[in-house]
Amino acid sequence: MEKLVTLVPLFPLAGFLYITFFGKGFSKGFIGTLASSTILLSFIVSVLVFTTQMHGAHPAIVKVFDWITAGSFDIDFSFLVDPLSTIYLLFITGVGFLIHVYSTGYMHDDEGFNRFMAYLNLFVFFMLILVLGDSYVTMFVGWEGVGVCSFMLIGFWYKDMKNNDAAKKAFIVNRIGDLGLIIGMCLLFAYTGTLKFDDLFIGGSDASGIPGGVGTAIGISLFIGAMGKSAQIPLHTWLPDAMAGPTPVSALIHAATMVTAGIYMVARSSELYAYNEIASSVIVWAGILTSLLGATIALTQNDIKKVLAYSTVSQLGLMFVALGMGAYSTAVFHVITHAFFKALLFLGSGSVIHGMSGEQDIRRMGGLKKFMPVTHLTFLIGTIAISGVFPFAGFFSKDQIVAVAFEENKIVFILSLLVSACTAFYMFRLYFLTFHGKFRGTHDQEHHLHESPKSMTVPLMILAVLSVVGGFIGLPHAVGEQMGMHWHWLDHFLEDAVVMPSIHMSLSTEVLLMVIATIVALGSIAYAWTIYKKRGVLADEDKDMESSAQKLLYNKYWIDEIYDALIRKPVDRISHFLGKFIEPKIIDGIVEGTGSLTKNTGGIFRMLQSGSLSLYIFVFIIGLIAILLSL
Amino acid sequence: MLTLLLIAIPLLMAGAIFVMGSKSARQLALFTGIAELLVTFAAIWIEKSGTHPELLSFNQQWIGPLGISYAFSLDGISLVMVLLTTLLLPVIVYASFNKTFKNPHVFYGLMLLMIASMIGAFTTSDGLLFYIFYEFALIPIYFIILIWSHAEGRARITLKFFLYTLFGSLFMLIALLYVYQHSHSFAMADLYAAGQSLSAYEQGWVFAGFFIAFAVKIPVFPFHTWQPATYNAAPTAGAMLLAGIMLKMASYGLIRLVLPMLPEGVAEYGTWALVLASISVLYASGMAIVQKNFKLLIAYSSIAHLGVLTAGILSGNAQGVQGGVMEMLSHGIITVGLFIVYDIIESRMSHDEMSRMGGIRDVNPQFAFLFFVIVMGSVALPMTSGFVGEFCFCSDSTNTAPHLLLLPGLLLYLEQCICCAPFRP
Repeated sequence: MEKLVTLVPLFPLAGFLYITFFGKGFSKGFIGTLASSTILLSFIVSVLVFTTQMHGAHPAIVKVFDWITAGSFDIDFSFLVDPLSTIYLLFITGVGFLIHVYSTGYMHDDEGFNRFMAYLNLFVFFMLILVLGDSYVTMFVGWEGVGVCSFMLIGFWYKDMKNNDAAKKAFIVNRIGDLGLIIGMCLLFAYTGTLKFDDLFIGGSDASGIPGGVGTAIGISLFIGAMGKSAQIPLHTWLPDAMAGPTPVSALIHAATMVTAGIYMVARSSELYAYNEIASSVIVWAGILTSLLGATIALTQNDIKKVLAYSTVSQLGLMFVALGMGAYSTAVFHVITHAFFKALLFLGSGSVIHGMSGEQDIRRMGGLKKFMPVTHLTFLIGTIAISGVFPFAGFFSKDQIVAVAFEENKIVFILSLLVSACTAFYMFRLYFLTFHGKFRGTHDQEHHLHESPKSMTVPLMILAVLSVVGGFIGLPHAVGEQMGMHWHWLDHFLEDAVVMPSIHMSLSTEVLLMVIATIVALGSIAYAWTIYKKRGVLADEDKDMESSAQKLLYNKYWIDEIYDALIRKPVDRISHFLGKFIEPKIIDGIVEGTGSLTKNTGGIFRMLQSGSLSLYIFVFIIGLIAILLSL
Repeated sequence: MLTLLLIAIPLLMAGAIFVMGSKSARQLALFTGIAELLVTFAAIWIEKSGTHPELLSFNQQWIGPLGISYAFSLDGISLVMVLLTTLLLPVIVYASFNKTFKNPHVFYGLMLLMIASMIGAFTTSDGLLFYIFYEFALIPIYFIILIWSHAEGRARITLKFFLYTLFGSLFMLIALLYVYQHSHSFAMADLYAAGQSLSAYEQGWVFAGFFIAFAVKIPVFPFHTWQPATYNAAPTAGAMLLAGIMLKMASYGLIRLVLPMLPEGVAEYGTWALVLASISVLYASGMAIVQKNFKLLIAYSSIAHLGVLTAGILSGNAQGVQGGVMEMLSHGIITVGLFIVYDIIESRMSHDEMSRMGGIRDVNPQFAFLFFVIVMGSVALPMTSGFVGEFCFCSDSTNTAPHLLLLPGLLLYLEQCICCAPFRP
């Protein structure tokens, strides 16, 4: 059964190759169906593989081919089938399929339709390699592959130079992170002689022999890789810019799947982090700071996709908080629910942008409720889910993170509540400004306003359902017990794949925390409601810029500008100095100097060879006399 | 015997092309390239099957009393280098097909002469013969650049290139002769034994001699200043020959001669060379950032890659060496690929300033995609040829010197980042 897993990445790869090489001349309908059905097939196989794992099959390794054999290196290209990888397979192909279907509607009028579907297929292929790889190296193949696909898709509308710049930024910032990942992998290899998950963690436990200090170095290096991919401080700046890509890309790559690769990697290495205090606390603090940063910036943004992008940054931060506190399965839980509701929100925003003829500024929207009923309702569900209202998906996963933080570190706990409050506020601000009030766009836009086609709204509806019920895979003890259900199915499922936290909370604390979380969320929602619905305040540019705090947030803490001044400009200057002075004057100067020295010396001696016979005779006689005298 | 064939075919064909004149020179050159490639495949097949090893080597005394002989053998490393040469030759010839040269028969004749000489250097197992082939290859490329270059001041640039690399090689000759004093034979096996018997101090000096010679040609900072100007002045086919194959003789020499002959010298003084190689990567990356000219950017990014390669080889263990061989192959292919891209763009836009390029993707998306693939190979993405080599080095530097890990890693990144620059869709 496990052997079938090879098919999972193979379908999208075949789709990519077919569309790229033979796609010309086929109708968009055919290409769209083809691309979507490859993912559907992958999804079906994933379900099969998943069921065997659910029924307690042992983790299996499926070898595909030999890859690098050099010195003590011996790396196969193999897949690892275990609960962690199969659950990732399931939601990558599931959400991936929905987004493919959505794209056939969203991109229908784009001239690059074939190219787009091909890239999406390729992306899914690499993403599947990433989670299936049985070693860090194979994972790295997927890791880089999704990076390239992300690069190509951010810059998909390449005629606008702005998009190309965003793509390049994403690629380069990710490469900085990859450097950390490579260093981590190399250190790991140096101390254990293997990079296979199987040898390191699951079966053997080679990783346990690593000395503490080195373990910290490895942990932090790997985490730097995760920072790049999952947009954590200080490598988060690429993600908001990445919104330059088409919206389905933002949903699939920059919300649901690729950006959670960092969380996958850390969860996969849980045995490495579980016993390493320092590396873990680095993750916690990076996570909570990122989360706070993202949530506060999102409060002031006016671009519908930018708000969602910063919200993603913030939610990813929360996932890392869970990872750093040892609650690996909780992080994975939040990854899954987040994939549902964030994909829903992005696709919903895409539907809005589609209806608004490309407008992304929420100050020009308003009152869309009556024009786009399906989009409105599903978007509302997504908004409630992310805000953490019982019993929507986001509530359970986020509540669990908050609960773990409560047990581990009270400061982080309070900050995470603050993040929750901000989240509920900015999401409802977004919701009210977009769907309520009066329409503020141009007359032309109003005329064109329409609900999106079925191919777009059906995925929205499915994701909305998932955003409601998705949380039930991880019911907390208190709720599960009351409802007589098997509580926390996900924790049980992942038991063997990741390290489980040893936190056991009393029932009353659990309930209390849930009540607090609910109050925070509802309070924020009510506040947003009074401002944006009841009082009808608009996100007006000039008025918003009054206080310096708002200015700071609106300009995203000026982080891009700071990087520019601290890194890009100095490097540029040094390079110019090298190019203008050191290279031509010093280094080549010495070379040329050697040349002219030889030439000049030769020139001096040449003067002796004047051709004048009398001089030669004169010198000859002087020499003769000298010899005679010395005798 | 096969090795002799590999050298003889281009040599004879060069003669034939000189005599036949300009009419079908390029077809003959292409034919030669394909024939060479087929012979290489045969050699690889024989090596793999292991049935007739005598076909792969040849040994005939030349100057007996001095211990010099015509000795050739094809082992794994040689085979890879020969494969690189014969794989690139048809590509380089074919890439120049739609260009018009004056005196094409001289051009292709010289090219084949150079190929013969380089295959000789890659296959010989005699130290002096290596030196002779190594130097002889310089003569055809000197004329190729001098005669077919359009650059201003080409006489001066080519002279500098010629003198500089010749001057560097003298140090190799001195070092070689020093070891010969102890071996009284130029057979590489004897040179290895004699070199190993030297004291660490002596080995250090001999190593320095070899390293200077090879560092000029690889090139490694600060011996690199001839390279960008020469690439820039050279006709593109010449730059391909130079960057793709010829300069690999130096890194090949490090693996073939220096590592087995001077293990203690490398262990004692290799660190200095490693530092130079590392500076080379950083410095060339910095230089690459400010280049506005496409060809110069290829030149500097090439120096950066070769710095990584040199550092990898000098770490001196199995992974580093295998990674090095892989990296030489991949760098040769990728660089030639980049030069072809350059050539195609330059011949259509008739300038090579990057700021004035762009928009190629609208006109020819396939071309843009293939260019992208080459760039991805250059930044060593996994599943490209570049990755295997660089990954071997990286994991390797952990084994030998964990403290040096951060540096190459950082360099690796910087250099990769810069390679992204030429991609402007």
